[in-house]
Amino acid sequence: MVKLTYIEHDGTETVVEADPGDTVMSTAIANGIDGIVGECGGSMMCATCHCYVDDAWTDRTGDRMDGEDDMLDCAASEVRPTSRLSCQIKLSEDLDGLVVHLPEEQV
Amino acid sequence: MIDARVVIVGAGQGGLQAAMSLRQDGHQGPITLIGGEPGLPYQRPPLSKAYLKSGEADKLVLRPADFFAKKGITLRDGTWVEAIDRTARTVHAEGEALPYDRLILATGTRNLVPPIAGVSRALGLRTLEDARRLRARLTAPCRIAVIGGGFIGLEFAAVARSLGHEVHVAEAAPRLMARVLSPDMSDRFRRMHEGIGTALHLGRGVTEVTDEGIVLSDGQVIAADLVLLAAGVRPNTDLADRAGLAIDNGVRVDATLRTSDPDIFALGDCAAFPDPRTGRTIRLESVQAATDHARAIARTITAGTDAPYEAVPWFWSDQADWKLQIAGLASPEDDSVAVDDHTVLRFADDQLSAVETINNAKVHMKARKLLAGTTPPARDMLAAGDYDLTSV
Repeated sequence: MVKLTYIEHDGTETVVEADPGDTVMSTAIANGIDGIVGECGGSMMCATCHCYVDDAWTDRTGDRMDGEDDMLDCAASEVRPTSRLSCQIKLSEDLDGLVVHLPEEQV
Repeated sequence: MIDARVVIVGAGQGGLQAAMSLRQDGHQGPITLIGGEPGLPYQRPPLSKAYLKSGEADKLVLRPADFFAKKGITLRDGTWVEAIDRTARTVHAEGEALPYDRLILATGTRNLVPPIAGVSRALGLRTLEDARRLRARLTAPCRIAVIGGGFIGLEFAAVARSLGHEVHVAEAAPRLMARVLSPDMSDRFRRMHEGIGTALHLGRGVTEVTDEGIVLSDGQVIAADLVLLAAGVRPNTDLADRAGLAIDNGVRVDATLRTSDPDIFALGDCAAFPDPRTGRTIRLESVQAATDHARAIARTITAGTDAPYEAVPWFWSDQADWKLQIAGLASPEDDSVAVDDHTVLRFADDQLSAVETINNAKVHMKARKLLAGTTPPARDMLAAGDYDLTSV
């Protein structure tokens, strides 16, 4: 299991245990995190699972995937250097302790 | 009316989104979400894609069980609504009358079953139960015949080929996905599917399904152990029809997504609504229409406004390693301009109507932005820039 922390725009912090292999998006949905919508189910067709990777973790989550930049262009909230689509961050033991911040709006 | 009693008939992605958006917009009244299938609301798109490979049904669930209690949404799954009493403003299900102030119809579609002899031998692919049954058949090598060269049939065919099965696709139209794609794009997909070893039978309908396989309109017999029927869908309008609501290839709604009864809305696959760009009555089968309709209806109910629905349609289909993306909505007769190997632009009356792309998220997203304006980009303006949307 991998520990993962979501910090919503209003400061609400939720710590969950996730399965390696799952994504940051699917884990949020399974745990009822409001700040992630994930409308297309991880098909890279929307930008409703936008998150900001905590500065301490950006090295380990790596670069944006092919096409992710283009989708983020249509995100509802500000896009920052740490912005990712959470459906494209696959969890592994390496990411145990990961912290992501959620934007104000997804749609 | 933030304290209205809202009943939603249909617990697919659109029905669930309506319930979620109502709560997000501050709706305080009771919300009842009624689904005909047993279990939690789930995503349908992966049923013809990832699920067939992985078999992970729990990954399809849209929201976990405790979400509903937390949000004050009463989910009644496995429940069929028999009638709407518009005078008493009640919905009748399993002997019970549920009162509503606002009713949302999200009844979706059912598979079209064409009048082909022996067609009941074929399997369908619409529900999780359908997908489970198909998946169980894919564990041993088999010969597969697919009736219908649309999104579902081709997605299934591509997965079946990747698992090593022998696959035939019969399509009555002369080209693939003819209803939604330009001839040029259809042809690219034809070559791709042939390239991965799928046998395509275009311009030939199926006249019979037998225990041995299928018979094509020219008499050719295709031997198959498994036949998938993927010949399109029909909107579920019976409930609305019996309640006396206007029907027109779907439950007819106005620009605010209200049916002919102003207290009843319809959304998603079952709703026939005015195209914000052309004014024509259209019906879309997509996640986008279901969820955007749901959000618009929630706003209308909570804020009491009458803002017209105006979202840009978009669609996707994953076939082998090609992701087809469509922004906008073209009619079959719209002009086509092939820009490069990945992009075809469609034009109606010299205005951009749709953009079809393969593995080209950049152009797709740009197209969604360009089509969102009140005036779609003009053809001569785009031609002057060699139809490069990213430079507009």
